[in-house]
Amino acid sequence: MDFVLQIINGLHVGSIYALIALGYTMVYGIVKLINFAHGDVIMIGSYVVLLSLTELHVPFWIAIIVAVVFCALLGMLIERFAYKPLRNASRITPLITAIGVSLLLQNIAMKVFSANPKPFPNVISGEPFQFGGVQVGQVTIYTILISVVLMVLLELFVLKTKMGKAMRAVSEDAGAATLMGININTTIAITFAIGSGLAAVGGALYSTAYPIVDPYIGSMLGLKAFIAAVLGGIGKIQGAMLGAFIIGITECLTKGYVSSQLSEAVVFAILILVLLVKPAGILGQNIREKV
Amino acid sequence: MNVLKKKIPSYIVNAISVIAIYLIISQLVWIGVINNYYLGIIIVIGINIILSTSLNLTTGFLGQLTLGHAGFMSIGAYASALFSINANLPESIEFYFALLVGGICAAIVGILVGIPALRLRGDYLAIITLGFGEIIRVIILNLDFTGGAKGLFGIPYATNFTNVFFIMLLTIYIIWTVIDSRHGRAIKSIREDEIAAEAAGVPTTYYKLFAFTLGSFFAGIAGGLYSHYILIIDAAKFDFNRSIEILVIVVLGGMGSLTGAILAAVTLTILPEYLREFSEYRMLIYAVILIFAMIFRPKGLLGTSEFSLLKVFQFIKRKVIG
Amino acid sequence: MTKLLDVKNLSVSFGGLKAVNQFEIQIGSQELVGLIGPNGAGKTTVFNLLTGVYTPTEGSILLDGNSLIGKGSNKIVNMGVARTFQNIRLFKNLSVIDNVKIAFQSQMKYSALAAVLRLPSYWKEEKLFEEKALDLLKIFKLENFAYQKACNLPYGEQRKLEIARALATEPKLLLLDEPAAGMNPSETNELMETIRLVKEKFEIAILLIEHDMSLVMGICEKVAVLEYGSIIASGSPEQIQNDPRVIASYLGESD
Repeated sequence: MDFVLQIINGLHVGSIYALIALGYTMVYGIVKLINFAHGDVIMIGSYVVLLSLTELHVPFWIAIIVAVVFCALLGMLIERFAYKPLRNASRITPLITAIGVSLLLQNIAMKVFSANPKPFPNVISGEPFQFGGVQVGQVTIYTILISVVLMVLLELFVLKTKMGKAMRAVSEDAGAATLMGININTTIAITFAIGSGLAAVGGALYSTAYPIVDPYIGSMLGLKAFIAAVLGGIGKIQGAMLGAFIIGITECLTKGYVSSQLSEAVVFAILILVLLVKPAGILGQNIREKV
Repeated sequence: MNVLKKKIPSYIVNAISVIAIYLIISQLVWIGVINNYYLGIIIVIGINIILSTSLNLTTGFLGQLTLGHAGFMSIGAYASALFSINANLPESIEFYFALLVGGICAAIVGILVGIPALRLRGDYLAIITLGFGEIIRVIILNLDFTGGAKGLFGIPYATNFTNVFFIMLLTIYIIWTVIDSRHGRAIKSIREDEIAAEAAGVPTTYYKLFAFTLGSFFAGIAGGLYSHYILIIDAAKFDFNRSIEILVIVVLGGMGSLTGAILAAVTLTILPEYLREFSEYRMLIYAVILIFAMIFRPKGLLGTSEFSLLKVFQFIKRKVIG
Repeated sequence: MTKLLDVKNLSVSFGGLKAVNQFEIQIGSQELVGLIGPNGAGKTTVFNLLTGVYTPTEGSILLDGNSLIGKGSNKIVNMGVARTFQNIRLFKNLSVIDNVKIAFQSQMKYSALAAVLRLPSYWKEEKLFEEKALDLLKIFKLENFAYQKACNLPYGEQRKLEIARALATEPKLLLLDEPAAGMNPSETNELMETIRLVKEKFEIAILLIEHDMSLVMGICEKVAVLEYGSIIASGSPEQIQNDPRVIASYLGESD
């Protein structure tokens, strides 16, 4: 029974990682940038939800929408000012600005909210569900449901809509996409908006499960989600989901059966092992450099 | 053109300037202009120069983004500290043996990480080294002989201005002479175009590992100097942020410029100290500077060029005499 | 007499597509052979197979009787096959002379320790190969650019530098991938003259990919025609010009 519980916990954190990993993978797919600031957008999202709940006294779902809108705008703003001017620079340069933006967001949060962790109210209460002999909390159920629905919607968006097609075109070949009349700037901005919006949902769901918010929650959370994206094959939406669930389950099993402190090391070790066997991640394709 | 004759004048100019800098600083310490607080900053600058020039070898000259330099530094710090604590060598030589042990341990780990990691291109190496840095940190936290989360105590005080200065010089000298040789050209060719390097007969795998290992070795040395300076070390001192700090120095100085890395190490070590007065806003300002520096000077302070004292002197001479 | 290069049954597939199929070629020492064929025929892929960039799915490549299959690119260079690239691949931010000196890699012997200690072996070899590099640059009239960055060279000069770099590896066989691409007729003629000169001076064999039929016919002793990854004809330029299959596929069907 304990094993089943750990798996369910794994799916719970895994689905949060998935929401965040999608942001990394979409941005990487389209501008080939490891967006180090993504983790801190999550943190900002959590704070916005917290403020909406405690100051504006709105229901949880409205708080999430406020956070999604706020973070989407923030994501676009970051892209416009920190990454867009460097689109043609060497790849390491925007990486450094991303690190700069990450530091900036953390420090702004520290100034505004102080470094002390703030408690997050209990928003999803109610009786846990019973499945056979296993008790599953409502938070867990809601988190998994919301994540799965959002992932399906995103997949449909990318496959079925015009904007989704534009995104795929730009990530394939930005130059050719421009020639086909696709507005690259808008496409990239929308990608950042969607990624950051999903991160806000991820942040909100994370805070309901681990009810504390501080300026640093984004770092480790972002890092793990990023690893999930790489593990699954960066640039691939299904890869991000697969990677996230693997990371989530591995982490929970390690915590449950080995040691809670070693869980991070195990996660990294799995990543390294997978990359050695499949350098482009589980679902990634090895792209041969044209000679 | 004779290669030897071309290089001798700049060797002489650099040697004289270096000795002058050393004498000036030690005199200023002697007469008390530089107090212990400033001396501490100078020692940290020296350590940061070693870290950034060694990272520059892999990231600047080899062109492979590494995000786990602090991991190698921590191996050097712990290995040399444990050596000093446990070995009973005469005081005068123990420290240097400890540093060597630190460097060699870091180099060995560098080889072990490098062999699999360097097969991967581009951003993946960055991720593997990042993962490696985190694993090292977690392992240190969970081991007994490293002192775990409480940290490692009882490291003898051995790092001072003189030995930091000369070890820093030695590091710069070694890295620069390697770069300015057939080995360095091979390393730079990999940064420029790996496929063309292979086609020109460069054993790229060997040179990637060579540069990566040499970089790790000096990171280990820097770690040893650091642990014998601050005397209590714990895993948190070598986290991801530390790796980023070193990377930022390299990038701001100019990837592939040793003098750039040195100038940036000096500036970026002093800057936060100045900003201490606005300590609340210190990291905020640091972040903004980072972003603006990248947007307006994406190639860093010096790009891939080197600052040459000889050229400065020749320029002054032309202005004054001619 | 054994051939310098003997390639048999060489094939490679990329995800079901046979890019090169049963490719065969023999090149004698000091022969100048042209490889022609329409776009996408697999000419560059053949080069990539010969130089170890891709591993063939089947077939054999013998250089002086030694197999090149499965050897790394840099090993193959040291065995005596050098190449240039269709889309120029120079070390752009390094000086022109360093581009050439890098290719002396396997001939320079001093250790890293000798470099750090600046032992006499360092100075001696650096001086020797600096001069050798300048000599090579002179052949291509590049000596005045020696200390400039390679990316600042004009396009045609960059192509020549790439050939100089390949020659620095002391090859027995030089593979040139469209060396005259993007050059005007007079530049092209000059380059072809240089290529012929290089062949004589260094006593090497050359395999040359070229689009411009007349140019290949002008300097090559032997021509091979590639279509859909297979050789459809090979022989002297005259034979090729009169081969009906070549005329049909390359020059277009005449009504």
